[in-house]
Amino acid sequence: MISLWFSIIVVVILILIPTIGSSSAALQSLFGIVIPYAAIITFLAGFVYRVLNWAKSPVPFRITTTCGQQKSLPWIKNSKLEAPHNAWGVVRRMALEIFFFRSLFRNTKVELRDGPRLVYGSSKWLWAAGLAFHYSFLVIFIRHFKYFVEPIPGWVSLVQSLDAFFQIGLPVIFLTDAVILASVGYLFFRRLCDDKIRYISHAADYFPLLLILSIATTGILMRYFFKVDIVNVKQLGTGLLSFNPHLPQGIGPLFYVHLFLVCTLIAYFPFSKLMHLGGVFLSPTRNLANNNRMKRHQNVWNFPVKMHTYDEYEEEFHKVMKAADIPLDKE
Amino acid sequence: MAEFKLKPEELGRINYQPPRKGWMDPHVDIRKGTYCYGAVPETLRYLDLPFPKKWQPNDADWQLPPNWKEIIFEGMRQRLNKFRSFKIFMDVCVRCGACADKCHYFIGSGDPKNMPVLRAELLRSVYRRDFTLAGKLMGKMIGARELNEEVLREWFYYFYQCTECRRCSVFCPYGIDTAEITMMGRELLNLLGLSIEWICTPLSNCFRTGNHLGIQPHGFKDSIEFAVDELAELTGIQVNVPINEKGHDILFVTPSADYFGSPHYFTLLGYFSLFHEIGLNYTMSSYASDGGNFGLFHSHEMMKRLNSKIYLEAERLGVKWILGGECGHMWRVLHQYMDTMNGPADFLQVPKSPMTGTVFENAASTKMVHITEFTADLIKHNKLKLDPSRNNHWRATFHDSCNPARAMGLIEEPRYVIRNVMNHFYEMPENTIKEQTFCCGSGSGLGTDENMEMRLRGGLPRANAVKHMKETKDVNLLLCICAIDKATLPPLLEYWVPGVEVAGVHELVGNALVMKGEKVRDTDLRGQPLQGKE
Amino acid sequence: MRDRGRILIGLLIFLILMTFPVWYNALNGVSVMQEPELATKNVPGKDKCVNTAEYMRQNHMNLLNQWRDTVVRQDVRVYTTVDGRKFNMSLTNTCLDCHPNRENFCNRCHNYLAVNPYCWDCHVDPQDPKVLAAKEPR
Repeated sequence: MISLWFSIIVVVILILIPTIGSSSAALQSLFGIVIPYAAIITFLAGFVYRVLNWAKSPVPFRITTTCGQQKSLPWIKNSKLEAPHNAWGVVRRMALEIFFFRSLFRNTKVELRDGPRLVYGSSKWLWAAGLAFHYSFLVIFIRHFKYFVEPIPGWVSLVQSLDAFFQIGLPVIFLTDAVILASVGYLFFRRLCDDKIRYISHAADYFPLLLILSIATTGILMRYFFKVDIVNVKQLGTGLLSFNPHLPQGIGPLFYVHLFLVCTLIAYFPFSKLMHLGGVFLSPTRNLANNNRMKRHQNVWNFPVKMHTYDEYEEEFHKVMKAADIPLDKE
Repeated sequence: MAEFKLKPEELGRINYQPPRKGWMDPHVDIRKGTYCYGAVPETLRYLDLPFPKKWQPNDADWQLPPNWKEIIFEGMRQRLNKFRSFKIFMDVCVRCGACADKCHYFIGSGDPKNMPVLRAELLRSVYRRDFTLAGKLMGKMIGARELNEEVLREWFYYFYQCTECRRCSVFCPYGIDTAEITMMGRELLNLLGLSIEWICTPLSNCFRTGNHLGIQPHGFKDSIEFAVDELAELTGIQVNVPINEKGHDILFVTPSADYFGSPHYFTLLGYFSLFHEIGLNYTMSSYASDGGNFGLFHSHEMMKRLNSKIYLEAERLGVKWILGGECGHMWRVLHQYMDTMNGPADFLQVPKSPMTGTVFENAASTKMVHITEFTADLIKHNKLKLDPSRNNHWRATFHDSCNPARAMGLIEEPRYVIRNVMNHFYEMPENTIKEQTFCCGSGSGLGTDENMEMRLRGGLPRANAVKHMKETKDVNLLLCICAIDKATLPPLLEYWVPGVEVAGVHELVGNALVMKGEKVRDTDLRGQPLQGKE
Repeated sequence: MRDRGRILIGLLIFLILMTFPVWYNALNGVSVMQEPELATKNVPGKDKCVNTAEYMRQNHMNLLNQWRDTVVRQDVRVYTTVDGRKFNMSLTNTCLDCHPNRENFCNRCHNYLAVNPYCWDCHVDPQDPKVLAAKEPR
């Protein structure tokens, strides 16, 4: 529980810093220009560093986890998605994993009844919430491109208009705003309420959830309740990302809180579990074909080991082998 | 078994509620019945392994060398640089908890450190503190801890409470494979001479004599001849099993338990009947007298050392290709490691069934075929005369062994064979078979008697599914294609589901196979009367 | 490793996607938003908007919505401002007096921020060339 309170306190501090800091005009350029640049650079450089660091270590063995029938005899149906035997199959398996969280979809829940008797039930909430969260995050991320470019490309407007499809409320409610709050909320309360999950949770698990929850909340507050001048926001955004930064006056403090939390998130990203974004592509149990016996996998550091050769073996057991009439190489 | 007092109802009362206090302060209770004895120094010496010592895991003093932490850190550093899997699996876990209740040891014990995620965190916590910036800065808050002796004890206890079955890896959204983490953990412990007797004694045996049981060549020949005689008595047919003979087409390699254990032995009789009936031109080898490889449970290096004999022997005997018997972990090594470690096997030919002409393209590089692939192909091409009614006294279900299911995808081949050799075959529930199959609870070198409580706990999910089959379908036989299964499922079932026997698939093939010139068969290979012949 | 090339390509694609706004801006240049144009009439009572510019910038959509609901549902047509002035609650007859040009007033901000209000689904924009053309023959 300490780790939960620690995360809450850190997030509160992260909210307070810009709340207090951004009221000073001098500090606004820190929060509006310096920190965003620093965060973006940290994110990109850190991400690249981590992935290259992974890439540096070789994959010595092909340790695919097969989740279906191998390709063997021609009349036995091979499960091309669960035990792919070639690159195309692997691409499709990875696509299922990355776009639809295939493995999480398998999730079951075990229950112990008297007897003892074990029963297994389907348990898809984690999968559903995970998928809902990741997709709403993606849509929100794409929607925000509009604050950084001018003219706005058609596909960004399209994503936004789809997100606002039901035209409920004014300003029109984005579906993803509701979905991200619900799904992150679920993921957070799941950590708190499920004893097992609470037991395995670190501050490093609560913190990103709370941070994302705070980012979404400040964003929603700005849209509906404490409006900020978004024309100015966009001028700041386009200025930053065209390397011509200037700080428009009169953007509300809530915006600086939102921006600062986002900066924290992306700067924190490369040093945290959030790197699963890159790691999922590199998992050797998923991204290798189950063609071990068809095609030899090379290990770059394959090294000679001390073996017990047949000659040594025959030498040691020569007498008994001869007595037992077992064929020998040396008489 | 005799010393195990708890009744199934008592052992089956499992508390899944984790303790109130977190796990970050290392603490482990190395309790009798839940750990395996320490490796004896002679075996380590024979294998040139470091720090041999007389030692037991529940000793207060583990006789660690003064620089043991440096040794561990250096070992971690090397492995992080050699295995991308290790690095990725240390870094990307989000602790979503999907793996938590997938582990048979967690299901059977309720010990939270048996959740795969926590098992890995035991290692990750040290990795974070000493190999990542965030861990250095944030310490405990993000799950980083200092390495000390108590942490080392936790490692030992929990890395020898994982059977490397990879069930968790099926459910993990990032494919994190606890087997890989356990393998790294055990390799690190090996650096300090901390291993278990049940692994290291078979290792030194196998290195010396070619098989884990330490059977010398003449003993090997005796066992085979004994089986041949027994088969003659049961079937009236005298088969010939060549040993170490050059000039044959195929080298047959099978786990040593097949010629020394029961019920493995009846499977061996099944192989011999089959090979005789189709006139297979093969030889066995006393040097490669075990396809099993406990090296997998010890270290990559040891795995390679033991595995080397198979290709060496195939080359020496001048065979065309290799056929492998029923075994789980053996096939993990053969399928995923052998070719990489000890290949390429250029001196062999792409396996081709001499009876059907089928070319086993799926083994084009490794040149080793699984016996159920081979037999399924024979049956498909009508090369065998089978009388499934000779297995009518069995009502069977099939236990997918971890490694064939999750490391090979060998799922339909054994089922095809089973359906053709018997009439009463029923599948266990979906969540307990195929890629979701449960471990026997005793794999990866943990199948020793002093570990019986843990084995029974770990085997509970498997036994429970069998019990369901016994109650609903009156099943009296559990089929499998793994030597460790055949050794450890019988005591497991005797405890949880008395009345269900264990057999290999080829035992039933042997029962059903109608051989030319056989005598009137009124018993099965076990010598039990056939149905209607009692 | 043989897969390092693939990892580098993947990383490159990731970087290109992530930095999309940067190179998009570099290629297209950033157009500056043109200030919306006002056409305030020198008519007494219509020289001042119904509320402050700041309020209107943030809340005009809510106000228009409220006007629509009040007129359509309650048949009340008079809006009294905070400082006591009275206006006819009508987009066409009140707002367009001072902001007659959709293109030069409304759209400048809306386009800049990808806002697509549905006002014009029903209301006619009197300055729309098509509307003007349709009026001609009479």
